[in-house]
Amino acid sequence: MDFSLTEEQRLLKESVDRLIADKYTFDERMKIAGSADGYSEQMWTTFAELGLLAVPFPEELGGLGGGGVDLMIVMEAFGRGLVVEPYLATVVLGGGLVEALGSEEQKAEILEAVIGGARKLAFAHGEPDSRFELAQVRTTATKSGDGWVLDGRKSVVLNGAQADDLIVSARVSGDLTDEDGIALFLVPKDTEGLTLRGSPSIDGGQAAEVELTGVRLGAGAELGAPGQAYPAIEQVTARGIAALCAEAVGAIEATNDITLDYLKTRKQFGKPIGSFQALQHRMVDMRVALEEARSMSVLAAAKLRADRAERERSVSAAKSLIGRAARHVAEESIQMHGGIAMTWEYSVGHYCKRLVMIDHQLGDVDHHEERFVRFVDGT
Amino acid sequence: MDLNYTPEERAFRDEVRAFLAEKLPKDVASKEKNDKRLTKDDHLRWMGALSERGWLGVNWPVEYGGPGWDPVQRHIFDEECTAAGGPRILSFGVFMVAHVIMKFGNQAQKDHYLPRILDLTDWWCQGYSEPGAGSDLASLKTSAVRDGDHYVVNGQKTWTTLGQHANKIFCLVRTDPKAPKPQQGISFLLIDMDTPGITVRPIILLDGEHEVNEVFFDNVRVPLENRVGEENEGWTYAKYLLTHERTNIAGVGLSKEAMRHLKVISGDQVKGGRPLIEDPVFRAKMARVEIDLMALEMTQMRVLAAAQEGAAPGAESSILKIRGTQIRQAITDLSRRALGPHALPFQSDALDEGFNGETLGPDYANPVAANYFNIRKQSIYGGSNEIQKNIIAKMNLGL
Repeated sequence: MDFSLTEEQRLLKESVDRLIADKYTFDERMKIAGSADGYSEQMWTTFAELGLLAVPFPEELGGLGGGGVDLMIVMEAFGRGLVVEPYLATVVLGGGLVEALGSEEQKAEILEAVIGGARKLAFAHGEPDSRFELAQVRTTATKSGDGWVLDGRKSVVLNGAQADDLIVSARVSGDLTDEDGIALFLVPKDTEGLTLRGSPSIDGGQAAEVELTGVRLGAGAELGAPGQAYPAIEQVTARGIAALCAEAVGAIEATNDITLDYLKTRKQFGKPIGSFQALQHRMVDMRVALEEARSMSVLAAAKLRADRAERERSVSAAKSLIGRAARHVAEESIQMHGGIAMTWEYSVGHYCKRLVMIDHQLGDVDHHEERFVRFVDGT
Repeated sequence: MDLNYTPEERAFRDEVRAFLAEKLPKDVASKEKNDKRLTKDDHLRWMGALSERGWLGVNWPVEYGGPGWDPVQRHIFDEECTAAGGPRILSFGVFMVAHVIMKFGNQAQKDHYLPRILDLTDWWCQGYSEPGAGSDLASLKTSAVRDGDHYVVNGQKTWTTLGQHANKIFCLVRTDPKAPKPQQGISFLLIDMDTPGITVRPIILLDGEHEVNEVFFDNVRVPLENRVGEENEGWTYAKYLLTHERTNIAGVGLSKEAMRHLKVISGDQVKGGRPLIEDPVFRAKMARVEIDLMALEMTQMRVLAAAQEGAAPGAESSILKIRGTQIRQAITDLSRRALGPHALPFQSDALDEGFNGETLGPDYANPVAANYFNIRKQSIYGGSNEIQKNIIAKMNLGL
């Protein structure tokens, strides 16, 4: 058993922690999140220069060869800074799918551009009625000559409007919820028949609705063998879940720090409110929630390369527990602050929005509890 | 980072397993697994087997006869013992008074008492709480007044676990009633239970069990040489004992056992013609606790790893105590609820070996509700969970 970081991981942590503390201040973050693009191109370039966009990719493709722990280090820092840049969409999900399924040419070309900061991806998978079911795909891909025709609708595509290319899932065979028969396609955003409506999300992020009407794709648009994409989708989603868990840990930690500081400085009845036991014990509960969340984030990161059942059981347990912990910390931190936390100008409310909304991405508490049972009981 | 055991750790685990297969008395393990009552002799046979192997002083240094295990080895040992049905090692001697004697006792005390703990000559109990001193332990009133080369002790201790079996008690007593603060003026005494003037009276708990006692002191004469450390410094030693790294405070192994048992019960109980464990509503409740238990285990591993690196034990043990007891209580709650109406019948004598009657309902049902009520104690003893929160607030959060 060994919980220590390698020398490279320590350096990565120092570098990303410093970047967030120095450059991604709360004021800066609010400016970026409120901008027309919804992220900062300059910040993205800085990420690229620091090698953050290369972290999870293999060295032979120009990456840093990092695993779950390296990703955890980056995402924890991003959680502390409430980073809104499309890292999860482009690097973890999009890049992860290209790495898992792409041909040698696709990997070389696309990942080089992703690592360099020149190209952004988004994973267009969820649909209006699929909720969190990974295998439910109604969008169809029909063979046409050498190419394909895509028809369907994708919902809440994370950073869809910020991406250059969408990775679209579509069914080539099977029933609505079959794992078999799902294919992935690389679709440049300006492809004819594709319409995209972007929207800000409540937590400072960006999402899009995508309609595909007779979208014609040439040969070579497939990512991997058509119909065989599900295992990679599940595996890459597990990585995304581990990333969200780490982001939540960073945000919980920051929220706890701010709340504790407030308890020590805010005075009522002539003394700091932190001197009241009713609040002390609740602050302790928030601290305990942080420790448990961190434990599960570590577990999820460490199990990404385990066999399927162990990996899925671990990430579902982690996402479920962290969903509860994050909501607990969010609600309690607002209550313990009082009115100030209800204001736009104060940071805590923005942390809370992100903490609660993480539970709405890649499966919520209930979804993952149920899934955990399936993998534990083998049903 | 690697969450797997190293080859050396796995080899150690195999060694522990082999020992347990051979030396853990089968009847004791069976009682432990089926929530049957353990006798004094059961405890002694199990701890005797450990003692013979040199493994009783789990967290003792080698110089005092301990095995010299590191924190991960101690964790593995605990996990394996619990999984095999080994009862908890009684903590008052091995884990409590022994460490105070090692740290603050004089050479004569170390030479006399420590071997007697390891060879089971002495059975220790604890004289801390009093009727008027629970969470506010420092307000204790039992007095010790010097008379020549003796103290004369008067007062009352309570919640003395298994005091009915003990021949020794370690006590916090007030030696300076005029000290400016209640924490000052307390001394730490080692007392023979057969000294004239000591009376032990049972306290029967809500499940009908005789587990704890009241201990009365009426002009009990204790030699001055039985005091550990300095006079009036006892509070320091008591605090050392409370914050001293306590192996196994989270009770992960025991909770895992309890969870396995819950799955047996819910797999056997039937709801709407199907096993209860397949009922989505009940299964979700179980899953939540299972996941909490995973988080507890990981947190314990992280604390162990930090201890392995030499980090001083701090408020982490309070976190482990709070969550460990909450999770154990949640499991006993679900076990009780899993039984539905079968939780009601309870025959206390069915907990004894040699019981020839038949209890109502399935054979696993009898102790379940009693166990649920008994386990409510966990969030009260050893510093109530509220006191643990006070400790974290002060030590970790600076509040």
